[in-house]
Amino acid sequence: MNFTPAGQSAQPLDHPRLDLAVIAEMVAPGARVLDVGCGDGSLLQLLAQKKGVDGRGVELSQRGVNECVAKGLSVIQGDADTDLADYPDDGFDYVILSQTLQATRRPRAALANMLRIGRRAIVSFPNFGYWRVRAQLAFAGRMPVTGHLLNHWHDTPNIHLCTIRDFVELVDELDAHIERGAALDRAGAPIRFNAPWWVWNLFGEQAVFLLERGGKRS
Amino acid sequence: MLPNELFGISNAWENRLSIVSEARPICGEGFAPKTVVFEPDRPLSTDGGGRVAPLAIAYETYGALNAARTNAILLCHALTGDQYAAGVNPVTGKPGWWEAMVGPGKPFDTDRYFLICSNVVGGCMGTTGPSTINPTTGKPYGLDFPVVTIRDMVRAQAMLIDHFGIETLFCVAGGSMGGMQVLQWAASYPERVFSAMPIATAAKHSAQNIAFHEVGRQAVMADPDWRLGRYQEQGVRPEKGLAVARMSAHITYLSEAALQRKFGRKLQDRSAPTFSFDADFQVENYLRYQGLAFVERFDANSYLFVTRACDYFDLAADYGGSLAMAFKDTKTRFCVVSFTSDWLYPTSDSRAIVHALNAGGASVSFVEIESDKGHDAFLLHEPMFIATTRGFLDSAAAARGLAAHGNSR
Repeated sequence: MNFTPAGQSAQPLDHPRLDLAVIAEMVAPGARVLDVGCGDGSLLQLLAQKKGVDGRGVELSQRGVNECVAKGLSVIQGDADTDLADYPDDGFDYVILSQTLQATRRPRAALANMLRIGRRAIVSFPNFGYWRVRAQLAFAGRMPVTGHLLNHWHDTPNIHLCTIRDFVELVDELDAHIERGAALDRAGAPIRFNAPWWVWNLFGEQAVFLLERGGKRS
Repeated sequence: MLPNELFGISNAWENRLSIVSEARPICGEGFAPKTVVFEPDRPLSTDGGGRVAPLAIAYETYGALNAARTNAILLCHALTGDQYAAGVNPVTGKPGWWEAMVGPGKPFDTDRYFLICSNVVGGCMGTTGPSTINPTTGKPYGLDFPVVTIRDMVRAQAMLIDHFGIETLFCVAGGSMGGMQVLQWAASYPERVFSAMPIATAAKHSAQNIAFHEVGRQAVMADPDWRLGRYQEQGVRPEKGLAVARMSAHITYLSEAALQRKFGRKLQDRSAPTFSFDADFQVENYLRYQGLAFVERFDANSYLFVTRACDYFDLAADYGGSLAMAFKDTKTRFCVVSFTSDWLYPTSDSRAIVHALNAGGASVSFVEIESDKGHDAFLLHEPMFIATTRGFLDSAAAARGLAAHGNSR
């Protein structure tokens, strides 16, 4: 199966994008879910169909919102940076930020808000520690352009890129705990072996984390 | 005095005015709207402690009610709207106010849904209002008519819906003051509203909007022909005052961008300014026309009452100051819509509604439509608005188990 970059046209529900399938797997059936940066609503649709969730979305683009509303999804036009603050505490079981963290102006505040609004947060992002990214910078001396980082440095919306290691550090700072984590390969499939963080950080093209609020695992 | 003597209106607009003038009946005179009358044993008790009895409600319907009575949509009209949402308005001879949205194959699909639209209480198109004869005096109510609120309007609508034997409305939709009614419906009768579309509206009337309304009311009351609201009995009409009220209000329905595009500083049928107080500019001529066309179809006292109803609207105030409490645990599906250039009911007002619905755990969609047409955009042909409405209603219809009509798409 070919990988479809985030934000582009979705595949049919019986063949969902692999990274979305990984996220969907982390969600308990029947949960209340807020998908921040929900795009055309592919994930919300998948969650509704496979997990019977009560899903809501926030999306910046009018086109995305219209597509979602036309699909019967409850989606609000809004901005992860400014509008999450208005959501009440514990309004949802899960708050999902899929391939959007790196495009927020204040990633730390966004993540903190997510863990306030929901007891659990699921975050997926492109890993800037991926070996091809490192290689482009190290050997070609150019800002990396990969399957996940499609834009050139001057027109990219991705203003806050991080590595898996960076992200784990931020999670620690926020006093959250990583319940599950997965590094995904080029095809978007999880890397199916136990490996130390530095291996994931090198070979994962993107990562998905299920976080839980409050208290690190001792 | 002939209306066009009022402002010395010229040429292009005059021609259009004569078309309007042919349709003479004003405010209940000489035309017979569909009406349900609730006898004095079923009065409307108002928020202000008043009582309207008997209560006549003028309405129009489009499409057919299904056997299960599950496909009814209530359309709530704006400040000076009426029950003629679609088709031809018998008073003005013009298309209904929501012609862009209501009809076969349109988002409010008359092949699929049963649409009800009624004139608000306090109005002048057949529903009981200040121009109605007060049964206790035999004279028009005038200012003796009780000041009504948005909630009173909604109570009256609920009586009409009961009359139709409809338990739950599939949707309640409306813009501006109509949107206030939608919010009030969702708060007052959550179990009777399956889905709701509050459009270009607010959960409370802002200080600026109250101020504009006050300008309009003062213009009406400053007209010597207003006669403390007793003008009907004295055979006059405060047309100048009402026209000025409309002119000032009309500016708030547009945007600078729309006025600029339509008129700019263009002169009206002249190549140079006349250095007088003639309507040199096209925009002046346009506003004068709008004022005159309005007095042809609207009652001055009704204008006082409907603007007042908006001013008093503050939904949160009825729920301990918390708008979220107004929608707590609601099962209604909401679609909130605003327009970028609407400065009368700006997007921030819609966002406040959305935040309250979110806090109350409601199912809500929110779209801000890009448009330079100002507040009036909700009445016009806006493709993105039409697509949003269609998508929202389609999904709500699927959830409600309403079959798609054969040629509805």
